[in-house]
Amino acid sequence: MTSMPHSTLARTRGTAFAAARLRSRSALPCSGLGLIVLIPLAGVFFKAATLGPAEIWNIVSSERVLAALKLSFGTALLAALLNAVFGLLVAWVFVRYEFPGKRLFDAAIDLPFALPTAVAGIALTALYAGNGWIGSLLEPLGLKVAYTPLGIVVALTFIGLPFVVRTVEPVLRDAEKEFEEAAASLGARRWQTIWRVILPSILPSLLTGFALAFARGVGEYGSVIFIAGNIPFVSEIAPLLIVIRLEEFNYAAATTVAATMLVVSFAMLLVINVLQAWSNRHSIRHAPTAIKEK
Amino acid sequence: MLVFAEALRNGLGTYVKAITDPDALSAIKLTLIAAGIAVPANLVFGVAAAWAIAKFEFRGKTFLTTLIDLPFSVSPVVAGLIYVLMFGASGWARPLLDTADIQIIFAVPGIVLATIFVTFPFIARELIPLMQQQGTDDEQAALSLGANGWQTFWYVTLPNVKWALLYGVLLCNARAMGEFGAVSVVSGHIRGQTNTMPLHVEILYNEYNFAASFAVASLLAGLALLTLALKSFLEARHGSELARSQKH
Repeated sequence: MTSMPHSTLARTRGTAFAAARLRSRSALPCSGLGLIVLIPLAGVFFKAATLGPAEIWNIVSSERVLAALKLSFGTALLAALLNAVFGLLVAWVFVRYEFPGKRLFDAAIDLPFALPTAVAGIALTALYAGNGWIGSLLEPLGLKVAYTPLGIVVALTFIGLPFVVRTVEPVLRDAEKEFEEAAASLGARRWQTIWRVILPSILPSLLTGFALAFARGVGEYGSVIFIAGNIPFVSEIAPLLIVIRLEEFNYAAATTVAATMLVVSFAMLLVINVLQAWSNRHSIRHAPTAIKEK
Repeated sequence: MLVFAEALRNGLGTYVKAITDPDALSAIKLTLIAAGIAVPANLVFGVAAAWAIAKFEFRGKTFLTTLIDLPFSVSPVVAGLIYVLMFGASGWARPLLDTADIQIIFAVPGIVLATIFVTFPFIARELIPLMQQQGTDDEQAALSLGANGWQTFWYVTLPNVKWALLYGVLLCNARAMGEFGAVSVVSGHIRGQTNTMPLHVEILYNEYNFAASFAVASLLAGLALLTLALKSFLEARHGSELARSQKH
């Protein structure tokens, strides 16, 4: 199929006319976006900016805020790493193997997407608490999950898994078996095939999935607050601290924590985007055929 | 599923009582109202945004695409916070609201706004890749045959994406009904008035009323399972079309 450039429509209809139409059409999403998303979001930074640097520093450098931020980003990072590994494995199994009940499992992967976070939170807590089905098995081993930072990692891993699986799966499906067979027939060992052929072609999508899971994990609230136990300095996540400050009507502190979270998340996502651009170039060099196919 | 087991632990009677409790009923009603407003609103925004992005070239398009995804990477709590800052007791839009005598925070409009924010990307994201791939050939044919812009959109563009649209609405609705963080911040937790179902689950849970909490949760879990079932059904029936929209 010859693909037409998307701008053809605008051009054939006379630029001025099309531009006028476009303005009227895009006015709706733009104004909606502006009113509901952008202006309020900018409000966070304006509010934080009115505080002055000394006060901002005071709030951010307080021990409780630092502990909460460290916990949020740390657990989210750990959970996203776990998800990258397990998500890749799950996606691999779904793409390459047939087994009974596959469609049921396939639907179950999306459960964390569809399940309200509060429901996920109380269900996980009930499972992992000392008297729960899984918790009662782990407790004798000296492993406490619920009401500890470990519980947060469990909740975030549950929430983030579908992000990795669903971003890697289509790419893995496109990366055809022939490349692996070609590599094998040219004398590559199994791990060489994985390392040099498969991994480079799925790395960008794996990074995307990782970034999505991470971003979701940092901000996650509903599922975490039930399982975390919410002990200040130990298992109190940054979003919860925002809520606590809000309930104290301490808007300055709440806003500052929120703005810090936003800045750090955006910085991390930027780094991941750069990494992704780099690995895209990298994979073009290493797996030229896979790209040409597209 | 554990949720159902816990919900029925104390027998069916407790279960029915927990669900038909007036506070629970009002929570269910509020959840339905919030989703009932937020989903159609996002349907309009999503379709319009996808239409503009997929069918036209303009400056700042990448920027707009990034902005649409923004609510995904913002914590729901922050999403709630921004509305409190704007419309809350000391918010900067407050004088305006006072003169008009409108209450947004700790009331239904705030819940609806927060819900719209967090579900903003769902429909547009589902539509954009598919619309981009379909290109503008069909629209050009329609236009050259004398259809006006509205007719082209209504009879050509929309039918082309109807299944992806339904898929987006499904996901959007699931999230809208289940949203917790953002709604929790703006709602004020007034029982029987501004409590949505997920918030009601939390309140009951924190009161150690586990059976009732899991009973309400089981309704939400049922909704999630229904969503997944419909989703698999759509994927099985219109898989090829949806698969295209998934690849991006």
